[in-house]
Amino acid sequence: MAATPDRRPARTAWLFLAPMLLVLALVAVWPLARTLFFSITNATLIDLSAYDFIGAGNFLAREGDEWFGLLTDPQWLRALRNTLLFAVVSVSIETVLGVAIALVVNAHLPGRGLMRAAMLVPWAIPTVVSAKMWAWMLHDQFGVVNDLLMGVGIIDAPVAWLGSAGLAMASLIAVDVWKATPFVAMLVLAALQTLPRDCYEAARVDGISPVKVFFRVTLPLIRPALAVAVIFRLLDALRMFDLAYVLTGANEATMTLSVHAREQLVSFQDVGYGSAASTALFFIIVLVTAVYVAALRPLGRER
Amino acid sequence: MPASRSPRFILPLLLVMFALPAKHAAAAGARVTVACGAIGIELTLCREAAQEWAQQTGNTVSIVNTPNSSSDRFALYVQLLASRSPEIDVLQIDVVWPGMLAPHLADLTAAFADRVDAHFPALVENNTVDGRLVAVPWFVDAGLLYYRTDLLEKHGFAPPRTWQDLTRIATTIQQRERAAGHQGMWGLVFQGKPYEGLTCDALEWVASHGGGTFIDDTGRITAEHPQAVAALDLAAGWVGRISPRGVLNYDEEASRGVFQTGNAVFMRNWPYAWALAQGEDSPVRGKVGVIPLPRGGEDGRHAGTLGGWQLAVSRYSRHPEAAMDLVRHLTSAQQQKQRAIRGAYNPTIIALYEDPEVLAANPFFGTLLPTFINALPRPARQTGAHYNQVSAAIWQSVHAVLSGDLTASEGMERLGRSLQRIRHRARW
Amino acid sequence: MNLRWRHIAPRVGIALLWLVLALFLLLPFYYALVSSLRPSAEIFNPAWWPTAPTLENYRAVMEEQSFGRNILNSVVVATAVVALSLGLGVFAAYSLGRVRFAGRRLLLYTILGVSMFPQVAVLSGLFEIVRLFGLYDSLLALVFSNMILTLPFTVWVLTAFMRDLPVEIEEAAIMDGATPWHLVTRIFLPLMAPAMVATGLLAFIAAWNEFLFALSFTLSNTQRTVPVAIALITGASEYELPWGNIMAASAIVTVPLIVLVLVFQRRLVAGLTAGAVKG
Repeated sequence: MAATPDRRPARTAWLFLAPMLLVLALVAVWPLARTLFFSITNATLIDLSAYDFIGAGNFLAREGDEWFGLLTDPQWLRALRNTLLFAVVSVSIETVLGVAIALVVNAHLPGRGLMRAAMLVPWAIPTVVSAKMWAWMLHDQFGVVNDLLMGVGIIDAPVAWLGSAGLAMASLIAVDVWKATPFVAMLVLAALQTLPRDCYEAARVDGISPVKVFFRVTLPLIRPALAVAVIFRLLDALRMFDLAYVLTGANEATMTLSVHAREQLVSFQDVGYGSAASTALFFIIVLVTAVYVAALRPLGRER
Repeated sequence: MPASRSPRFILPLLLVMFALPAKHAAAAGARVTVACGAIGIELTLCREAAQEWAQQTGNTVSIVNTPNSSSDRFALYVQLLASRSPEIDVLQIDVVWPGMLAPHLADLTAAFADRVDAHFPALVENNTVDGRLVAVPWFVDAGLLYYRTDLLEKHGFAPPRTWQDLTRIATTIQQRERAAGHQGMWGLVFQGKPYEGLTCDALEWVASHGGGTFIDDTGRITAEHPQAVAALDLAAGWVGRISPRGVLNYDEEASRGVFQTGNAVFMRNWPYAWALAQGEDSPVRGKVGVIPLPRGGEDGRHAGTLGGWQLAVSRYSRHPEAAMDLVRHLTSAQQQKQRAIRGAYNPTIIALYEDPEVLAANPFFGTLLPTFINALPRPARQTGAHYNQVSAAIWQSVHAVLSGDLTASEGMERLGRSLQRIRHRARW
Repeated sequence: MNLRWRHIAPRVGIALLWLVLALFLLLPFYYALVSSLRPSAEIFNPAWWPTAPTLENYRAVMEEQSFGRNILNSVVVATAVVALSLGLGVFAAYSLGRVRFAGRRLLLYTILGVSMFPQVAVLSGLFEIVRLFGLYDSLLALVFSNMILTLPFTVWVLTAFMRDLPVEIEEAAIMDGATPWHLVTRIFLPLMAPAMVATGLLAFIAAWNEFLFALSFTLSNTQRTVPVAIALITGASEYELPWGNIMAASAIVTVPLIVLVLVFQRRLVAGLTAGAVKG
């Protein structure tokens, strides 16, 4: 980093930071603090001013010989499983597909600009709109996906994509992959385009197979961009709400942690429990991020 | 470009933003905001009636467009009421909500003492929480069985009296119709998506077999009643055989879509589907019959889930008297008659079921009156503020059974445990 | 022959891959477009081409659902969000990128940490604040709440760009007696233009797509933004879902977005990479 003249007093810096910090404090810090606060109470929406402190009661509590609380709630555990499954599978697919797409687009072919533009379409469409489009296409009686598959002969009866548990989750992952792969592809493409061409020239002259070139040369060089893409996608996938809510509603099989928390908070009016669920989600995200950063650190050092 | 952007751009933008939100203009008389009806004929009827009242009383009325899905509407109400907002004065609430919203609703006992007896007693009782009448019945709904008169006649069957009959008839007709070339024909369609509608259907199956209502009147959990398990066994057997697997994601409209396009012999749905099935462009016009839902075997009973909407006044309204007056107008016999004739909305005033004009427009109102009077309420009273949670537990377990993930007895056992957990927190 | 095949095969392979890719990415949108042009009665028969194209769905959406107003709301909110994010972000970026002070690093990571907050975790708290300031059911509430989505990455990316600006310009300006305000607005702002366009675009798209806050903080149809309006589109009967209308609304919304994205695609990518490569 270039040397900064230390004559700039820190005071000015804080002055310039103040408005932005104030907005963030109001918009993010205070609401999160409120949620953390409510998670140790038994507040309900019936009367928000009448509540008691129950400590960790929302998270784990023992009554008689039975355990109650979020960590023993089969629904929450199901949502946790759904969210982790969804995040891991969709991000993995998006990473692989994204790199593949970036490689294809990076190859010098006519119409490259058009392809790059087409690539952005799924990501630019509002999630709600995508969800509605796909819900319509996956409709079991009138949907075009079933129509197509039956016409080609892959299936002989309409499949209820959004009905049964396993298929609904698969459909959810498929739609998310469709929507978010462009994001990964864009980042990787940008990184590819900054790579020095002489590496490739040397490899081609030496006759090394393209696959080897990819794994030994390309991949290590785009790793920083890929790492960033993956963490952004991971965070988004863990927090996902819109897609699950619009596509499958309150279906247990696809309920993510965000949908579960909102259901507790709004449909069941249970502010204490809902806040606990939101808090748990936040800490899970922090945990995953910490693990990810820690895992990546040794990889960065070896370079 | 960037340098000139910040100050000069923001100011007019802020002005536009402040100008756009609708500010309440000063008006003569009280300004009452009512949330009733979201779209179509429901909204039109409500708007007309409200305007009529406004002219008569010199007040102004503003109609708020609420989300159509009932759970979204509930979420909206809960947010507003919990924060004591005076935004909406009159609210249209579902039949299972009085228990959950009661603390935020005004007491209407005094204002309606003179009229309350004209309505269905079951509804009035449903709307009375802790001795306070918190909502006035507006229109009623009950689950009904629709069937194809032409198909039953063609294959020589009488309308079914029991679920077992229905299964038999549906299987046979489906088989024969498909053999004759109608590949897309199914026996029965209903609401199998995991949402409130499934709770309604499941209640009908279970109660008609004598298996109770998941939670009885005293708050005791009866989910694992053997007859309840038997009923769900039967229902699970339909999926993939006489009902398409897609039924696991059907709501009212999806099931109606299959029936109305001529692809189902039987359909379970609310009364609203009648008017649409008899519509100009309906492929099944003139071929549809409506009867009470079948019994669960010879020892069972006819059971249609009670539905319908009520009108309530928010406790935080700035004009409670005007709001109550509007509710009196909207729920009056004259208004309910209009809605019955023009929109096929079932009145909640018993006398109207003998009115010749109403019956002329909706013939089955008369024949099915016992169904409406005896309609089965969901366990909302007993569970009070926790009904949504209870309903969610019911529809999730039932859905798991229907999709084959659990057997009926496993599913009901799971439901029993879920309800126990809820009761632990709720202590109803 | 063999030699030619070795040259042609990879090209053909890639071209095929291209085609599959393009289909995969664009097909749903194409189908939505087709569905929107078909009369509502036919919508229950799947087809890939409108045999009797009609603009009825578009008319219904614009007139009956007052969709034009919703679009205007979205535009206003998104624009305001961009203006506010950039305005606050640029000054913050100066402090964080060019001034050394204690706790700077920690602050930067804390700001990034805000983007880890799940929306649902701040929902009830934000609702309280919105009601406190009397902003319920107003566009201002949405502008305000969208800050949590756009500020963190805006500040982060702008800081990264700020850091790389050459120090000589700054020193020269200071010698000429420029105040910090002048420094940021007259000297750095023009240089930051590309970065601001990129982050502005990202912020615009984020605000345009935002659903949960828009669903929770608006009530009347006149205050709704596009995603909420589309999710709540209803038909003539209580339970009806008018797919034709929904598809028409979706088409109306996505076409301008796609145009926007096409025009600015280079900047968009540049903005994203700045966060990745420089951060």
